[in-house]
Amino acid sequence: MENFDLGHISLLIGLLLILVGFWGVLTQKNIIKIIVGFTILNTGINILMVSLGYVRGKTAPIIDNAVAQTGNHDVSASVVDPVPQALVLTAIVIGFGVTALMLAYAMKLYSAKKTLEINKFNDLKW
Amino acid sequence: MLRNTLLALVILVMGYMFYNVYSNYETRTELSGISQHFAAQGAAEVGAANIVTAIVVTYRGFDTLGEVTILFLTASIIAFFLKLKDEDYESSINHRETSELLVTASQILIPIIFLFGIYVFMNGHLTPGGGFQGGAIIATGVALMILATPNVKLNYHVIHWVEAVSGVSFVIIGILGIVLAGGFLDNKILGLGEFGTLFSAGAIPIIYSFVGLKVGAEISNILNKYQKSQKENE
Repeated sequence: MENFDLGHISLLIGLLLILVGFWGVLTQKNIIKIIVGFTILNTGINILMVSLGYVRGKTAPIIDNAVAQTGNHDVSASVVDPVPQALVLTAIVIGFGVTALMLAYAMKLYSAKKTLEINKFNDLKW
Repeated sequence: MLRNTLLALVILVMGYMFYNVYSNYETRTELSGISQHFAAQGAAEVGAANIVTAIVVTYRGFDTLGEVTILFLTASIIAFFLKLKDEDYESSINHRETSELLVTASQILIPIIFLFGIYVFMNGHLTPGGGFQGGAIIATGVALMILATPNVKLNYHVIHWVEAVSGVSFVIIGILGIVLAGGFLDNKILGLGEFGTLFSAGAIPIIYSFVGLKVGAEISNILNKYQKSQKENE
């Protein structure tokens, strides 16, 4: 517990959100709630990736006064890892695309059977 | 009963795996190799104060082009699935009347939201933000407009044109990078300018403005399609 810092907090939140989202995807019966579960799972993974790029006691990777104060004008000694943040930016956009597609499918499914209960869609069940 | 037991077992096993990840995690105290280079040389090589923007737009510009392509693909697939005809865009449905508060507040807020979105994507190289974030903010303004006046008719020809022109301009700027500077999507086709001002970092503000317009138009287009594909009595 002596090393408990921002990195641990965000890692914990990310892992908990992944578990909550996974539980939602597995247990919910309503398609909209399953999509919400996927979104929470996605958010958890993004937070996890950002927390792996955290460097103890460093500031955001934007070169301004905060960098001058923390690292004595040496940028690489005063910022957290910028690469995971850039990758998460990509992941967020792709997550948006996936969510939008899932919602469009949900609309099509609803117009086919007038229900969003996942158990009613059993045409491929055997 | 069996199902619930299995579910609890799966969640417990995942929780145990995550507990091991968490207990073995140690906060890093220094940057890894490539990040070290980006942080130390980013300001001199690219000229953007925001190092994340420098990575997204210049060092890994291909990724951003791919992202924009994925968004375009999403919009196309949704257009294919929802199959809207021209008269669907003109149709109006009797929705429940929206509240006075929402309508009045949206009239005040929508211009401010649009302005804020434009600010965010034009300052992407200086402040936290950028094209995707600014575009998403603009789309929230469109979402508010659709919520406040459900039968609003967005001019989808304008949306399509903004999307097409900004997408093509993004690629043309990338190709200009091959001709005038070091390679595809190189931002040095314009001078790097004075560090930390709006007109700096070469082509990054221009690229991010096009990305912002494209993302805003694309998300507005998707929202409009969701709204217009509703049918009465369904």
